[in-house]
Amino acid sequence: MIEIEIDGKKFQVEPGKMIIEVADDAGIRIPRFCYHKKLSIAANCRMCLIEVEKAPKPLPACATPVSDGMVVHTHSARALDAQRSVMEFLLINHPLDCPICDQGGECELQDVAVGYGKDVSRYTEGKRSVKDKDIGSLVATDMTRCIHCTRCVRFGDEVLGVPQLGTIGRGGKTEIATYVEQSLDSVMSGNIIDLCPVGALTSKPFRFQARSWEMEQETNYSPHDCVGSNLHIQQRRQKVLRVAPKENEAINETWLSDRDRFSYLGLLHEDRLAEPLIKQNGEWKTVDWQFALNVAAEGIRKLIDAQGGQKIGAIISPNATTEEMYLLQKMMRALGSQNIDHRTRVTDVSDQKHIGAFPGMGFSIASIEEQSSILLIGSHVTHEQPIIGHRIRKAALQGSSIFAINLENYQFPFDLSDKLIVKPSALVWHLASVAKVLLTKQTNPDSELMAFLADLHVSEEANAFADKLMQFDKGCIFLGEIAQNHPQASAIRYFAELIGKMTNAQVGTLTTGANAAGAWLAGAVPHRSAAQKSVASPGLSAKQMFDAKLPAYLLFNIEPEYDCTHAQTAINALKDASLVVVMTPYVTEAIKEYADVILPIVPFTETSGTYVNVEGKWQHFSGTVKPFGEARPGWKVLRVLSNLLDLENFEFESSLDVLNTLKDSVDGILGGHHNALELPSKMNLPHEGLERITQWPIYRTDNLVRRAYALQENIVNTIPQIYVNNALAKKLACAEGDLIVVSQGQASVTLPLAINDALVDDGVYIPAGFQETATLNELFSPVTIVRS
Amino acid sequence: MTKNYIELLTDASQKNIDEWLARYPYEKRRSALLPALHVAQDQNGGYLTDNLLQAVADYIDVPKIYAYEAATFYSMFELKPVGRNKVYVCNSVCCMLRGSDDIIEQLKAKLNINLGETTPDGKITLKEVECLAACGGAPAMMVNKTYHENLTSEKIDEILQGLE
Ligand code: SF4
Ligand code: FES
Repeated sequence: MIEIEIDGKKFQVEPGKMIIEVADDAGIRIPRFCYHKKLSIAANCRMCLIEVEKAPKPLPACATPVSDGMVVHTHSARALDAQRSVMEFLLINHPLDCPICDQGGECELQDVAVGYGKDVSRYTEGKRSVKDKDIGSLVATDMTRCIHCTRCVRFGDEVLGVPQLGTIGRGGKTEIATYVEQSLDSVMSGNIIDLCPVGALTSKPFRFQARSWEMEQETNYSPHDCVGSNLHIQQRRQKVLRVAPKENEAINETWLSDRDRFSYLGLLHEDRLAEPLIKQNGEWKTVDWQFALNVAAEGIRKLIDAQGGQKIGAIISPNATTEEMYLLQKMMRALGSQNIDHRTRVTDVSDQKHIGAFPGMGFSIASIEEQSSILLIGSHVTHEQPIIGHRIRKAALQGSSIFAINLENYQFPFDLSDKLIVKPSALVWHLASVAKVLLTKQTNPDSELMAFLADLHVSEEANAFADKLMQFDKGCIFLGEIAQNHPQASAIRYFAELIGKMTNAQVGTLTTGANAAGAWLAGAVPHRSAAQKSVASPGLSAKQMFDAKLPAYLLFNIEPEYDCTHAQTAINALKDASLVVVMTPYVTEAIKEYADVILPIVPFTETSGTYVNVEGKWQHFSGTVKPFGEARPGWKVLRVLSNLLDLENFEFESSLDVLNTLKDSVDGILGGHHNALELPSKMNLPHEGLERITQWPIYRTDNLVRRAYALQENIVNTIPQIYVNNALAKKLACAEGDLIVVSQGQASVTLPLAINDALVDDGVYIPAGFQETATLNELFSPVTIVRS
Repeated sequence: MTKNYIELLTDASQKNIDEWLARYPYEKRRSALLPALHVAQDQNGGYLTDNLLQAVADYIDVPKIYAYEAATFYSMFELKPVGRNKVYVCNSVCCMLRGSDDIIEQLKAKLNINLGETTPDGKITLKEVECLAACGGAPAMMVNKTYHENLTSEKIDEILQGLE
């Protein structure tokens, strides 16, 4: 520790810190533009000049390390003089068009200019102007306002790891631009809006919507992935106009993914339903709540009288709040049904009783950075959970080795130490081979296991991969979307655990949706009720409910044609059911085809609730704006419906009431672990021939994102096409754009062919989450292709 | 399908760039951009195209924006077609004090073009550049890859005459 003095106050600080860091910690404000605590130091704006005693000239506080006995003045005449001069230079070319600039009122340049600028400019020469660039659907540019702080450039280089913006030209002609006017194709590009200290980079969808001082903001949490990024939701007159990150070092730091930042655009989509609807004699009628709820309750009661409670199935979105999960499962169980699930995309649940309190991570998001090795299994982490992808990148930059076993060689913003790119049906096989190699290196390998794996032929690739894994020190293994949705997901979990045990790595599951952890804890699974109580005879999983063709379904906040595995089976089952009650914020023609009662509920901004993230952190929020029309928060709808059904113990006054009831019993439970998984019954040989690969593209994951126009128009959004690699296209004698028919059993789709050379040979990637691909059922299974 | 831009670099160019790449550790391969851009420019009659920038970036395996940044920052890279000869006159402080303004005027009049332009016969492109690091011999200019120092009006006539 050394001692320095700033503005007359003494501080004990660690050597190596910059003066600006010490001042920031102490709340001493030094003006700055280029400095940002999450970026490297550029020291190019010179706004932070301060006086250091004994130094011959003013020094930049952001780039001057502290030294013992240093005496700093941030507001002395000399410092102020330097700061004023810099300000004058910075304003030479700045247009000073604050009245028509979106940044006005929240602009660092404006703020600092008020403090340091002169009221009259001495500069009479012409100002330069710079052509605006079109860099995509999310970020608007007014490059004449740029002061060349290069925060946006450094963000691309350092944080994203995909440099896209650069400084073009030199001196007075410098401009910030992308390579020959390209769109930003990152999933976190919106952060440059926050970083840009002036109005050069602003939010395109928010353009000219409001002034910052007209809006109020509430804290909320991201409803899209298991990270639980902290948000500020900004609204004016009950309309959400913008979403910004709320800093939380332990979760999202200062960042936000574009999905979290821009999904609000879907909140008031024209599909929003304002009043309940019921179908009478084939006609849709708008009715009041009382009537609609009575019809729903009546229908449910009749069905139970005739066929019994266990004939009803309920499927809830993994983005629903914990309170909603709790009430729906409580209601179902009170009605005599264990058929409740939130795992809309999962096929294989055979090992569910061995999963700990909830699938998640047994370690914190922040600690990902400290892992010395990380293995990704079936995970496109940067698209599934962009914030976790960023943490992994930070780990990689600090020297961790990252490995992947995937179906596609994704472009990650970090280098992989080794990878296995395999077909869906070979995924388990490869994991088992890797496990086998590791086993043989153990001093006392489990003989039962060795016998089970005896016939397994280990490829050279797998051998080399396993060798490198051996060097795992303090590591972790992540199971991604593909690993969880795979038809042999339980075998994948088994071998992941096994590999983890032998390499000293913890296994974490990066679950789909915002609240899978909450769902498990609240009992929105068929085999356990709230607080982990196992039920005597488990009900059906989401997929099993549709396979079973039940006579009645309750759907909560999902659109099965987009959200479910085996979408076609789901739709058919719903169409054949005699009662389908849909609780949804949005109504579509597709829903109207199978629903009997549609009850308008609200998205996350209009209700209070709680999400539990993948670390097991509970984050409670209250509603930011009033519900749209007559729509009501889901928890209220469920409570009133339960009351109408004469169920006991549903007298909750608020969502907090619900929460407290649950939380008392589950507080402190950590998830993430698997208990005594069982050896798969047998190892299937990988298929020969073509196989479908399925994922939910980042902007097709839930009903809100799918309605956010700027994300749908974004270059990152996947187009519904049939993706194969070059080699396969050649083999099929097809070119990009050719219409192709892919058949899977009885079903088929006809779509244009697109080339993605990162795909595994024989892999046919057909994204889910689209109307166009909903006619297919299996996510991973053999397919045949012919030219249309 | 992504186009293979690397094919735009001739075998000789690729070999040449390889030699430069060998001089830097892999993590610092970005440093090979400058010489590589020169190689590509020389191969293409003295100027770079968007596709060539992409080719160089792909070849060195750096983001293409890096190539774009370097090519727009340095005045010795041309992004538009140029004449067979490039005449770069220094107009930084030392040369200016030693009369580079007159030299520029003389060249403009002689060639009947403005700074940044090419003679109609495609023989000469005239350009003003920042310090050539030849202050000791100011005023200086660079013609193609040759430096000419302590310029006088006569010397300039002589140099121009010598150009093909
Ligand atoms: S666009 Fe904004 S962030 Fe980027 S260099 Fe200019 S002022 Fe800085
Ligand atoms: S903040 Fe220190 S030079 Fe820009």
